[in-house]
Amino acid sequence: MWIKIKRVIRAGFFSFWRNGFISLSSILVMVVTLFVIGSTIFSGVILRSTLDQIKEKVDINVYFLTTIEEPEVLSMKENLEKLPEVAPPIVYVSREDALAEFQKKHENDEITLQALDELGANPFGATLNIRAKEPSQYESIAKFLESNNSLSSDGEVIIDKVNYYQNKDVIDRLTRVINSANKLGLILTILLIGISILITFNTIRLVIYMSRDEISVMRLVGASANYIRGPFFVAGAIYGFISAIVTLILFYPITIWLGGTTENFFVGLNIFHYYANNFGQIFLIIVGSGVFIGAVSSYLAVRKYLKV
Amino acid sequence: MIHFDKVSKIYTDKSVALEEISFSIEPKEFVSIVGHSGAGKTTLLKMLLAEESPSKGKIFFESTDIHSLSKTQINEFRRKIGVVFQDFRLIPNKNVYENIAFAMEAAGRTDEEIEADVPHVLELVDLSKKIWNFPHELSGGEKQRVSIARAIVNQPDVIIADEPTGNLDPLNTYDIVQILKKINDLGTTIILTTHNKGVIDSLKKRVLTMENGRIIRDDKEGKYII
Repeated sequence: MWIKIKRVIRAGFFSFWRNGFISLSSILVMVVTLFVIGSTIFSGVILRSTLDQIKEKVDINVYFLTTIEEPEVLSMKENLEKLPEVAPPIVYVSREDALAEFQKKHENDEITLQALDELGANPFGATLNIRAKEPSQYESIAKFLESNNSLSSDGEVIIDKVNYYQNKDVIDRLTRVINSANKLGLILTILLIGISILITFNTIRLVIYMSRDEISVMRLVGASANYIRGPFFVAGAIYGFISAIVTLILFYPITIWLGGTTENFFVGLNIFHYYANNFGQIFLIIVGSGVFIGAVSSYLAVRKYLKV
Repeated sequence: MIHFDKVSKIYTDKSVALEEISFSIEPKEFVSIVGHSGAGKTTLLKMLLAEESPSKGKIFFESTDIHSLSKTQINEFRRKIGVVFQDFRLIPNKNVYENIAFAMEAAGRTDEEIEADVPHVLELVDLSKKIWNFPHELSGGEKQRVSIARAIVNQPDVIIADEPTGNLDPLNTYDIVQILKKINDLGTTIILTTHNKGVIDSLKKRVLTMENGRIIRDDKEGKYII
């Protein structure tokens, strides 16, 4: 048994090495396949992280009327913090803080500051900044604010405006765009992966087609089906392994090159850092797919010539 | 040793490759099968190798019906038969040594046996000097000698040579026939098909003549008569 395995592996290596040009072309085709698989991983990560980042940016700002006193705002804050949907902490910006921030923002803008002075009083209301635990929960928080809870103890209106509904449209649309881009991308990559696997399979089939006489001779000297298939299986796995290594090496300069661009464009995800940090996982996926596709293609392709 | 019992092979209703063929071959015999192309020689050999099964009739090797064997048993059975083809069918990316060693590996022989036997059979076919050459570096006659070496290395009971001299010049043809005779003298049954009148006439061995899927002559010390 052991001697057979040894012979099969040795024969696989020899046939890989001696069919130099054919091996090279099979490897090139497989590199394309694996490259598509790798790109799918990367584009998926980019889209997902962009979506997450956008979701992160969603929050609700509650602007109070200028006439409302601090204790009322704080009691409102307390009420809100009791909601299970709200992710603490709720950030409270007092009227004074809002004014100071505005002044700081416009410290070089004399006219604006003058206009502010002329107003005499502080025109800013206090604000609460609320984040939800899940993006889907904003709706219910907004509803809570709209309901009677938004009134003070004596039934007076205290909230000037809630900015959730203004952002909501934009956020919803962006989410939809990204989601459908994700879906389209998935369909396209599945199609691409399918096509490239078919091309790889056909290339390997051609390689084995050229060996059909060899297979029939092996059959006639009484070699068993598995003994004939073994070396092709091994050679296919070697094609896959080498293609995977080539692909992983190719991704290195490409992700470095794309890293800066993705960092600026897709809110802070550097694709090279992602590649470097998740190398182990990506290595396993690419090498695994390569060896699997190569070996299975060979296995299936030889079957046809084993009938003698 | 080999017995064909009323064997027919019909591909479609109109195409009859073999029709009710019966004959026997004894151990250590040297039998030539002659006939025009399409007379059924190759079909007959393919059935003996269990590459094709007969439409009617049975083929016995010793006392077993070849076509009742399982796949594994067929592999074992084929190791008792050495085959030599007109087009040599050497494995192009293996050198001479490996081409012969492969047949031994398939038969499950040990590395020690392979290392001892391969040079020995190459000596028998006078090709020791080319042991590390690849098939494309050999002449037609040399390739055929490798193919004979591969056929005999497992010490089969029978050698089937399907037009082994078809691609060779007269000198190489003579050499190959001498090698086959030598193997026969050492006790191996030989079944030879050929179109070469000179070969048959010089052999003075048993000749089966085929025509349209039938055996029309069976002569003890036959000549090439068609």
